Amino acid sequence: MKLFPIRGGIHPDYRKELSSEKAIVALPLPELLYIPLQQHIGAPAEALVQAGELVKKGQLIARSQGGISAPQHAPTSGRIKAVTDIPAPHPSGLPQPTIILEPDGKDEWTDLPEPIADPLNADPQMIRERVAQAGIVGMGGAAFPSAVKLDLGTRYKLEFLLLNGAECEPYLTCDDRVMREHADEVIDGARIMAHTLGVKKIVIAIEQNKPQALAAMTGAAFTFSEVDVVGVPVQYPMGSERHLVQAITGRETPAKKLTADIGVVVHNVATARAVHQAVRFGRPLLSRVVTVSGGAVREPNNIEAPIGARVADLVALCGGFSGEPASLVNGGPMMGQPLPGLEAPVVKGMSGVLALTAGEVNEQPAGPCIRCGACVAICPCGLVPVEMAAFIRKDNFDVAAQLGVMDCVSCGSCSWACPSHIPLVHYFNYAKGMINAQERERRKNERIKLLAEAHNARMEKLAVAAEAKRAAVAARKANLAAATGEEKVEA
Amino acid sequence: MSIAPISKSGPFTHTTSSVPKTMLTVLLALVPATAFDAYLFGWPGILLFAVTVGACVAVEAGCLALAGLPMKAALGDYSAVLTGWLLAMSLPPWAPWWTGVLGAVFAIALAKHTFGGLGQNLFNPAMVARVALLVSFPVVMTAWVMPHPLFSAGAPGFSDAVAITFGGNLPDSVSAASALGYVKTELSRGIPVTQSMAHVPDLMDMALGLRAGSMGETSAILILAGGLFLMARRIISWHIPLGMMGALFLMGTLFHMLDPARYTDGMFHLMSGATFLGAFFIATDYVTSPVSKPGQLVFGIGCGVLTWVIRTYAGYPEGMAFAVLLMNSLTPIIDQYTRPRAFGRSRKGEPLPLEGK
Ligand code: SF4
Ligand code: SF4
Repeated sequence: MKLFPIRGGIHPDYRKELSSEKAIVALPLPELLYIPLQQHIGAPAEALVQAGELVKKGQLIARSQGGISAPQHAPTSGRIKAVTDIPAPHPSGLPQPTIILEPDGKDEWTDLPEPIADPLNADPQMIRERVAQAGIVGMGGAAFPSAVKLDLGTRYKLEFLLLNGAECEPYLTCDDRVMREHADEVIDGARIMAHTLGVKKIVIAIEQNKPQALAAMTGAAFTFSEVDVVGVPVQYPMGSERHLVQAITGRETPAKKLTADIGVVVHNVATARAVHQAVRFGRPLLSRVVTVSGGAVREPNNIEAPIGARVADLVALCGGFSGEPASLVNGGPMMGQPLPGLEAPVVKGMSGVLALTAGEVNEQPAGPCIRCGACVAICPCGLVPVEMAAFIRKDNFDVAAQLGVMDCVSCGSCSWACPSHIPLVHYFNYAKGMINAQERERRKNERIKLLAEAHNARMEKLAVAAEAKRAAVAARKANLAAATGEEKVEA
Repeated sequence: MSIAPISKSGPFTHTTSSVPKTMLTVLLALVPATAFDAYLFGWPGILLFAVTVGACVAVEAGCLALAGLPMKAALGDYSAVLTGWLLAMSLPPWAPWWTGVLGAVFAIALAKHTFGGLGQNLFNPAMVARVALLVSFPVVMTAWVMPHPLFSAGAPGFSDAVAITFGGNLPDSVSAASALGYVKTELSRGIPVTQSMAHVPDLMDMALGLRAGSMGETSAILILAGGLFLMARRIISWHIPLGMMGALFLMGTLFHMLDPARYTDGMFHLMSGATFLGAFFIATDYVTSPVSKPGQLVFGIGCGVLTWVIRTYAGYPEGMAFAVLLMNSLTPIIDQYTRPRAFGRSRKGEPLPLEGK
């Protein structure tokens, strides 16, 4: 298959060898599971259970609310200990409503929904519903409810499904392992998804630094002529949706549009596996593979962990820390979030837990910009980070917006490459927050203005009416007076 | 539970490159040429070099102290050393000590710190110093000497060197014109280039450095090697050097073909003056050149054309320093017009149209 170049990008130290040869191991059931109600983009789920209630494995314990949301299920059987606020694996570390489940060790299944017979000929709507009910969200990290993304076929003219197995983030090997060990499930899930989207063709893109995954997937796809497994160049951020679509099709998704606008829907490989399980076996999303790695981890590993297991449980399975980690990261080192602590639970979008040494992070105090142009050369979005940062430093968000800060995908390449170690992405995230806030403020003011105008108009109307009334009264009085006058005259 | 809120954004891994490493690599690239120059011009050249670099570091420290800025990080980035080094390489090797000191004040205090320090200056500090010195002290700044290699007969010993550098006792007999200057003077006396060229060193000697000139221009081959090394290490890209040398060569060749009596040829332009030093080490200064590759190409071409114009028509035979400064002033505008096209947008910044719609 002919591939197309993407702009810029970097070649960080990948360090995937730390965990790439470790087969997925299941985490023994921890003592407690902490299941946050919000693990996805959209509205949080609503808890359906109370403290003390007994639940079975796979039982719905929180239902989705609204169009963009996802339900939660009990990852194992046990007793609900509490529904309360605990800190979530979010950089703020702010408490979030969470269901605490005490496993009973029996791992007893609830009655699962019937498998969908012959899903490749089933009604797409039925599959979408099943995916929504199973609580599946994008497992590459974005955690966007997958059923919503499987609905794009009804609104866009789609050409193919692009399965993202690029895994371009350093350290992470969970997708690599899933593809190596469960290639058939991934391919089956992908075929079900393609059918649901109403597309014939499937392209599976895998970075060339994963030859075994490429081989396994090519083998599993062998009998399906509609599936193309493609090795893509190792170049961060190849796994960024828009860039991967460009590498495969040569087409550039216009700003403010979706890849669906140019005919492609992108899903992650682990998501495809989850869809396979939901459709073929009726199983909701109860666990995921997490790469635990980094120089400070004694034995890096790929762990299939139930949702809600604490990061500390995973680290313990890896033999704990070999030294004091300088950074704890949720996700990959480029785009991941700082992990507030080891008590944070595993959530559906968590692809990795990294404990990095100071040497790996190589954090240095920021120096002055020497205008070396490295950030300009590597920005995959064609932005000029040095210029945007200069304006953001002066709190000039309007110019930063004109220069395209809202187009920045926060891939981190510029911060990575900057020899002065200027935290460019930090600036951009800050500016995006400010601009969004300003936008909200502007909209609010507009609304207030509209309301005020409406109010004024109403008042004016009232005033006019009152005036008219007064005038009418006056006129009547005058008439009356005139009449009486006349009468007087007459009198 | 002890969870401290953290607000830092990623990435949680960084390149191992840094400003000091970058600067050190540039210095390293200059070492062979500099060592050869030290050999060619002997003790006076070495003394002036030491004075200039030392003065630049001292002035940098002074400016930092005045501004109340931390000393260690800024001095540790080697940028002042590099400025001093490049300035020293553009001075006549036997010039008196005060040219180096005054040059350091011009370069570091005026051209760099009044603009706000590293990264903030619009003009290349070393070239500001060189031009300011040239304009103020034209005689001293054009007193070139023929190479007097260390330990060769007639080379000044250490005490002679101290007299030359610190006593200003430049022996009259040794002064010589640079090739560019010679051709220019002859031309003004009505002697066509075709004739005067017979008296300048041939290209091979010029490339090897066996001629009069600044340190930076007398070791073209080693400078070229250093430049290629920087390209291989990805400290610089080809855009500025190739743009600059290409433009200079093409202008020279073109006009030489039109009128060989008036214009020197392209090869001569490349080999004379500090063309290589300028193209690889001076015009490529990060701070004062555009940030995007297309911008750098434009900048390089501009430097090349202006160098040719100034060498050919203006009063100064050495056009490179002026050309670089002129282009420095255009850098902000070049940056503005050579921004890359953003992903998913047209050059104008509008979202791309959807195909077939
Ligand atoms: S990479 Fe850093 S030092 Fe270089 S231009 Fe960008 S912001 Fe400035
Ligand atoms: S983080 Fe934004 S500005 Fe920086 S390289 Fe990535 S897309 Fe470009």
